[in-house]
Amino acid sequence: MRVFNIIGGKLLNVAQGLGEMLALLCETVYYFKEAPRNLTSIFRQMSVIGIGTLPIAMLVALFVGMVLSVQTGSELALYGTQEAIGAIVGMSMVKELGPVMTSLLVAGRIGSAMAAEVGAMQVYEEIDALKTLEISPVRYLAMPRLIACLLVVPALVVFSIIVGVIGGGVVADINPRIDVPFTVYYDNMIRALGYKEILQGLLKAMVFGGIIANVGCYIGFKTSGGARGIGESTTRSVVLSFLLIMVANYLLTRIML
Amino acid sequence: MKPRGNFWSKLAHGFAPSIMEGDSCQIGYTESRGVSIQIENLNKSFGGNHVLRDVSLNIEPGETFSIIGPSGTGKSVLLKHIVKLEKADSGRILINGQDINEEQQDEPHDFRYSMVFQSSALFNSLTIGENVGLWLREKQICGEIRIRRIIREKLRLVGLDNKEDMRTEELSGGMKKRVAIARSLAMNPDLILYDEPTAELDPVTSDELARVIMELKREVNLTTIIVSHDLNFALYLSDRVAMMHDGQLVAIGTPEEIKQSQNPLVRKFIYTTTKGIQGERE
Repeated sequence: MRVFNIIGGKLLNVAQGLGEMLALLCETVYYFKEAPRNLTSIFRQMSVIGIGTLPIAMLVALFVGMVLSVQTGSELALYGTQEAIGAIVGMSMVKELGPVMTSLLVAGRIGSAMAAEVGAMQVYEEIDALKTLEISPVRYLAMPRLIACLLVVPALVVFSIIVGVIGGGVVADINPRIDVPFTVYYDNMIRALGYKEILQGLLKAMVFGGIIANVGCYIGFKTSGGARGIGESTTRSVVLSFLLIMVANYLLTRIML
Repeated sequence: MKPRGNFWSKLAHGFAPSIMEGDSCQIGYTESRGVSIQIENLNKSFGGNHVLRDVSLNIEPGETFSIIGPSGTGKSVLLKHIVKLEKADSGRILINGQDINEEQQDEPHDFRYSMVFQSSALFNSLTIGENVGLWLREKQICGEIRIRRIIREKLRLVGLDNKEDMRTEELSGGMKKRVAIARSLAMNPDLILYDEPTAELDPVTSDELARVIMELKREVNLTTIIVSHDLNFALYLSDRVAMMHDGQLVAIGTPEEIKQSQNPLVRKFIYTTTKGIQGERE
């Protein structure tokens, strides 16, 4: 009986958390109408997320593209079908690896920072101060972050895809076991990729960006307990973002198949 | 003074109409006028911890009222109820006869309140001037020219003339408190609440802060509530003082009455805060 109580309690906590996150998301979207008043804050967030993450996102994407090319290309070469490598790397980067890898990176780098910053504001009474100044913390803090993530994560994904695809192409060209010229690699990729695939990848990136901002702000707003609480919030936001990105990725892939 | 480049100014503070070059303010942005406060049978529990027990209190318009007592007796929780950061389990709070939790759409409350937090709660990403002008800009209360004038005026009131471009990390603890007071004053509040204003301040800085609050008491007509465990600070500034113990108000009176009180809890508090630890008595 006690086991059921514990499991039931955990499930209720999860349901409550998801409900609260959804409520926060709705409230944040409601305040989109006031975005023109917070342009500075939105630009600042975009710069923090975009400029700060771009180099590492491109580096990761470069190596992901190269590894994908060398692994898959070598296997395809055994059957003499290595020319398909362009299509495979292109599709993988655009539909899956680009959006997912970049979003996980942003979740680790930016989502945790958001949770820590908003959490510190919660702990040090700055959120209470906003409330007494009759300023909605959701409008002032969550809305600019959500808009910035919705715009910047897809942009980062575009850069990641380009770099990853180039990395894969270079490896396919110079690796003697694969030996597919860059032009062949490129032609195959262009033939395989349509607008639909690109839009699917960008839509995923946008959804993942929304998840990162919403989770970061939600966990931040729920922070309590001083420096230790802020540290716990940082970890919790990364774990929860990773989990939700993976679940959302499966659901989106299933829907868009 | 002509505002900085129009586009950059708008970019910095938003493209809302209120920030267009202007010198006027909304009609509702009136001077401070003290409000009366009635607290009736307020109760609050956090889990099994009964923090406020049937607290009842009347504060007159324009009065400076201090709530003293040891830490953990419910003083700050009471303050948070007045500014609606907490909701009572039972009981009510009336400001100028209006229940603060029963605001009606067609009849909004006609009073403003503001709170100075223990940690000052300044926003690190903003300069001092931006902190002070935050409410005015976010609520689009005045035109930009007027906002800048108000910022200078409020900073002057707390003795921080020409400091609006400084960053919050450049400030000492006492200066942060004064900026927090200026930020509150920018609202022209009818009621201002101070939560442990002297916490983490040395005696000299506490004295400076007391002088600032005393000056405000003379220059601005507002009701002031101070929560503190600094007895001397409270007795020096207040028209009346209440002592809280274990979630209840155990004594209310003028500073003189509190000093003369025979209530053992008050005596003990006065003794320990003015003479030394309780153990020295034996």
